[in-house]
Amino acid sequence: MRRPKGCKRSFKLARPPFNDERGNIKTVFTHLMMPIDLAHTDQQVRATAVAHDMARHYGARLTFVGVTPAEPTSVARTPKEFAEKLSAFAHASGDDAIATHVVQAHDPTVDMDRHLTDAVGELKADLVVMASHIPQKFGFASHGGRLATHTSASILLVRGT
Amino acid sequence: MTDTSSSQGIPEPEGHSDLIDTEYEIGQSNVDGNVGPFGFDIHNPVFLISGLTIMAFVFYTLALPDQSGAMFSAMFTFVTTTFDWFFLSVGNIVVLFCLALIVLPVGSVRLGGVDATPDYSYVGWFAMLFAAGMGIGLMFYGVSEPMSHFSSALGGTAVGEDGLRTDWAPLGGAAGNEAEAIRLGMAATIYHWGLHPWAMYAVVALALALFTYNKGLPLTIRSAFYPLLGERVWGWPGHIIDILAVFATLFGLATSLGFGATQAASGLTLLFGSGVAEEGTRGFLGFAFGNTEGSGVADSGGLLVLLITVITAIALISVLRGLDGGVKILSEINMGLAILLLGFVLFVAPTMDILRGFISALGAYLEYLPALANPFGREDTNFVQGWTAFYWAWWISWSPFVGMFIARVSRGRTVREFLICVLLIPSLVCVLWMSVFGGTAIQQFVQDGYTAVVGAPLELKLFEMLAALPLASITSLVGIILVIVFFVTSSDSGSLVIDTITAGGKVDAPMPQRVFWCTFEGAVAIVLLLSAGGLASLQSMVISTGLPFAVVLLALCVCIWMGLRTERAAVKAAPAE
Repeated sequence: MRRPKGCKRSFKLARPPFNDERGNIKTVFTHLMMPIDLAHTDQQVRATAVAHDMARHYGARLTFVGVTPAEPTSVARTPKEFAEKLSAFAHASGDDAIATHVVQAHDPTVDMDRHLTDAVGELKADLVVMASHIPQKFGFASHGGRLATHTSASILLVRGT
Repeated sequence: MTDTSSSQGIPEPEGHSDLIDTEYEIGQSNVDGNVGPFGFDIHNPVFLISGLTIMAFVFYTLALPDQSGAMFSAMFTFVTTTFDWFFLSVGNIVVLFCLALIVLPVGSVRLGGVDATPDYSYVGWFAMLFAAGMGIGLMFYGVSEPMSHFSSALGGTAVGEDGLRTDWAPLGGAAGNEAEAIRLGMAATIYHWGLHPWAMYAVVALALALFTYNKGLPLTIRSAFYPLLGERVWGWPGHIIDILAVFATLFGLATSLGFGATQAASGLTLLFGSGVAEEGTRGFLGFAFGNTEGSGVADSGGLLVLLITVITAIALISVLRGLDGGVKILSEINMGLAILLLGFVLFVAPTMDILRGFISALGAYLEYLPALANPFGREDTNFVQGWTAFYWAWWISWSPFVGMFIARVSRGRTVREFLICVLLIPSLVCVLWMSVFGGTAIQQFVQDGYTAVVGAPLELKLFEMLAALPLASITSLVGIILVIVFFVTSSDSGSLVIDTITAGGKVDAPMPQRVFWCTFEGAVAIVLLLSAGGLASLQSMVISTGLPFAVVLLALCVCIWMGLRTERAAVKAAPAE
């Protein structure tokens, strides 16, 4: 790839795990978190693939996070069923090592960002991979933007399906 | 890699519950998409028909104010005079049904599954129950109703030429007997604000909570009818039920918003706007809005529109902040302020007299309840039709909204706990509230000869009562803030309810829809306020919807019974599976 003019290559690309200045072995990312919207999984194929690849590449754990209300939704009729479906989705995506984490929200339309932020802290995730602008319904600031503001994790927004 | 798949985060396993086996998928009738940057996910046809019908009624009321007013008024009078016995009977049936459920074994069924835990603490839960249920009514009628019944009871009975009673006294009145008139007045008030209205709310709420959290059906009114209608609830019978509920909720809220704004505006005017300009006593509001030369009643459209805009704007912020960040916090603030005001009045008024009055009122309520609740052979026609039937129709027309909101915040409680908390405790609080506010006003009249409350218009009675107590300016301001915040909490919870119904029971529908309903409701209230008589006539129409909903309430009792029996049987059978 051509470097932009004036941009000098000042370091070597590190391969995970890499050594820091003192020679200690460090990993780039240890825990990847990916928020999953089970109602729109078809629109998250690309982001899911990226999350998978990065988790393998860095040898990191990957956790799918789902937020559901207690009331029946188009995805599941009970939170328990939601948890089962999220687990099934994780298994179906081809990697048995993917963990799932379900958050029960009183008002997911509003509280989604807060719950995702809490989940980042709870899981100690250092990278969040998420599909961007799905389902394009909220019309307000993106979830990714808010997560970047309120957590110390790195956020990777993946556009396109 | 090993299988480390785990599911964390759900506080407790939900345990066994008896899900209804239906082919219907929530949201399958919905239409979703985007309008510019704003997404929508609405039920087809409930959203469209509700919205269009509401607009059609508003236009009809504005275009033909006299005809519509006369028609709605005639409809209301017909409903409350012809079906007064029916309303009273339905009220009694739902109270007995709820009390029975408390003691029967089915009361042990837990909403949300055997292992579900409550979503809200008692404080947050109570605050929301009250704020949505009747907070504003308590502000409006807390002083005026006990006074009215006391006055009419003291006046005794009068019989017209046709042999019918022309007085408004409850039962046989208590001519000339002040002590008995107080007891009868308080008993009649508590009858209208105690067990009966809360039982109506509780039935709707219990039905919705049961069929949503235990049976896995969408959180919308039609779901409660599944035992009776089966899969047909997803078709037109269900559409009609939901449309009626949206209709009653939106107009109920909009008309109440209009009347609440009138009370707040009158209070503000009394505090800051009354007085005569020539004497230099006119307050700044009087100058700003050109209203009220001394009368204290707000007659300025500008102030009313400003108030509704402010209330709607705060409700909008609350809706945008959601159930926990907006509605719950405002409800708790409200409850705190209401307790402060109640405590203050109790403290500065003759405390022991009021407390004795509370006990006496409770005793009077129990003593007079059988007679007051008797639907047949009553001689006090004006009281039964003009007060009781009016109230019953009013509570019932509000029950889809309040019931649905209560259902949304009551998951994790057992049926017994739910009914005790929704039925008995709010009733007791209402008795206390009425005893303190109404009791103080009556004491002021009987002992001190203070007649300002008796002579004041309905919306000013509270403020006139506070005016005779110390720190009147501060308490009146707290009263006005309470009226406003109670309306905000009704408005935001109402918007949530309407949004959920018109989204086919989806509680995670896009945010712009809530904004739409909240704004729409404020706009309808403003339009109706500015039209002469529009509010009153539409309120008559809304209360008339109490009649079909009264039948619905009875049907819901049957559905709850069927649902609870299968639920309990399924839970008992679960360990053996």
